[in-house]
Amino acid sequence: MSHHIVEVKNLRHVYPDGTVALNDVSFRITHGESVAVIGANGAGKSTLLQHLNGYLAATSGDIRIGDTPLTRATLPDIRRTVGMVFQDPDDQLFMPTVFDDVAFGPLNLGLPEEDVDRRVTESLALVGAGHLKRKPPYHLSSGEKRRAAIATVLAMSPDILVMDEPTSGLDPFARRQLMALLKEFRHTKIFTSHDLDMVLELCERTIVLHAGVVRADGPTREIFSNDALLAGCCLEKPFSMQNCPACGTRKSCP
Amino acid sequence: MASIQSAVLDLKRLDLLANGDSSIHRLDARAKVLVTLVFILSVVSCNRYELSALVPFFIFPVVMISLAGLPPLFILRKITLICPFVLAVGIFNPVFDREILLQLGPLGISGGWISFASILTRSILTVGAALILVGVTGFTAVCQALERLGMPQVFAVQLLFLYRYIFVLTEESGRASRARELRSCGRKGQGIRSFGSLTGHLLLRTWQRAERIHMAMLARGFSGEFHTGRRSRFGAPEFSFVLGWSAIFITLRLQNATQFLGSLIIVSYRLFSAFFLQKIIWLTHFPVYQG
Repeated sequence: MSHHIVEVKNLRHVYPDGTVALNDVSFRITHGESVAVIGANGAGKSTLLQHLNGYLAATSGDIRIGDTPLTRATLPDIRRTVGMVFQDPDDQLFMPTVFDDVAFGPLNLGLPEEDVDRRVTESLALVGAGHLKRKPPYHLSSGEKRRAAIATVLAMSPDILVMDEPTSGLDPFARRQLMALLKEFRHTKIFTSHDLDMVLELCERTIVLHAGVVRADGPTREIFSNDALLAGCCLEKPFSMQNCPACGTRKSCP
Repeated sequence: MASIQSAVLDLKRLDLLANGDSSIHRLDARAKVLVTLVFILSVVSCNRYELSALVPFFIFPVVMISLAGLPPLFILRKITLICPFVLAVGIFNPVFDREILLQLGPLGISGGWISFASILTRSILTVGAALILVGVTGFTAVCQALERLGMPQVFAVQLLFLYRYIFVLTEESGRASRARELRSCGRKGQGIRSFGSLTGHLLLRTWQRAERIHMAMLARGFSGEFHTGRRSRFGAPEFSFVLGWSAIFITLRLQNATQFLGSLIIVSYRLFSAFFLQKIIWLTHFPVYQG
């Protein structure tokens, strides 16, 4: 199953206005890994994600998904392999009803109608949104929109899931539910997030970006224990690793 | 901005009405679109001094509202929203067209007033029919029906996107406008200039959103063609619905039913009164002996 590997080599991206968003970024993510890409605002996280399914073209450097290099010719195949969940579900849910939205991808793949129906029902059931099938997206709450957005991607049966800020804008309960859901997925997962507690819980590996450069790449807990690194990248420890706000110690208060 | 937001809420309500389940709701959207088109054409093609011939057309909205179980007051309120525009269009007719066309006792009614009333009635009928169409079908189904009736897909998709993002956009502009109001402390703020840049920002933001949506579409294998796999059947109920209503509208358009009804009433009144007169004469001449 070499399809599940993401390899980025010396990736560099310069925006038309001259801003260097990514500079010499390299990493390799293997099958079944769950990796977080963290960094301050403007560190280049979103730019990096947009390269992974070929929406932005690299100024220089290589990207390989599995054995396939990302080129114009392989783009359709790669877009099916890499499922991308956007930060704002309103960008992702553009069809009249949730059903149409989830069916959009499979229909584009040219699947027969019964197959499309089955896939839509399965992926909606998987995210616990089967009852939303007939609803238009503007009648959904944020949590429901997020679930529907994930279903739209799952319906393409991707090997790699890429998510931009999956927990932003969710209430604590919806966030908890979503995290439980994401934990169950067996895909190779790549997240960007500012929710470092989520990262600590879901990702065994973390890549820290700062000003377009990879500053660290390693086990999540190790990275979050490195105070100097976090401070240098304008980041803070996740709350669960900080001292108790009441007594200032690490032990839990009664 | 509050009024725009409440208008959007009303739009959402209209949309929810389409989820109903009645004999009208279940019909194929194309049938309803066709009937509404025939209705609008028959109403609009009436002579501008025609008023009495328009009255029977109210049977269509009344029947549709009662069969589909739509809230009549809500529809009525939506129709009154467009009244100011109609008034603006028709208000000069009585001023320019002063020829007396109708004499009601001492009161002479000019052609201008009649054509004004005719414009008003026709707007109420056509706008009402369009609202009812959306209320029993849903906007997206209307778009899809239009596409299947031969409208180019580009237009259908444009309409669908417009409808999908009108909610997002009004929310966004509502927030921006509220932020401006709050910082102008109840005064005029910087007047029209600040609105200029506010609109500009909204436009740019919409542009960026459009890019992100395009990206989301590409990410799911979009290659320029929309597949809307919605099955529906144009069967016997649809045929009879279209033929029945079209026949009624065309008859109403060609025959002035009000006049016909009026003459029917006059004739029956005459027959009736002749009958009673005879009875009275008979009774007065041959009183029944009592006691």
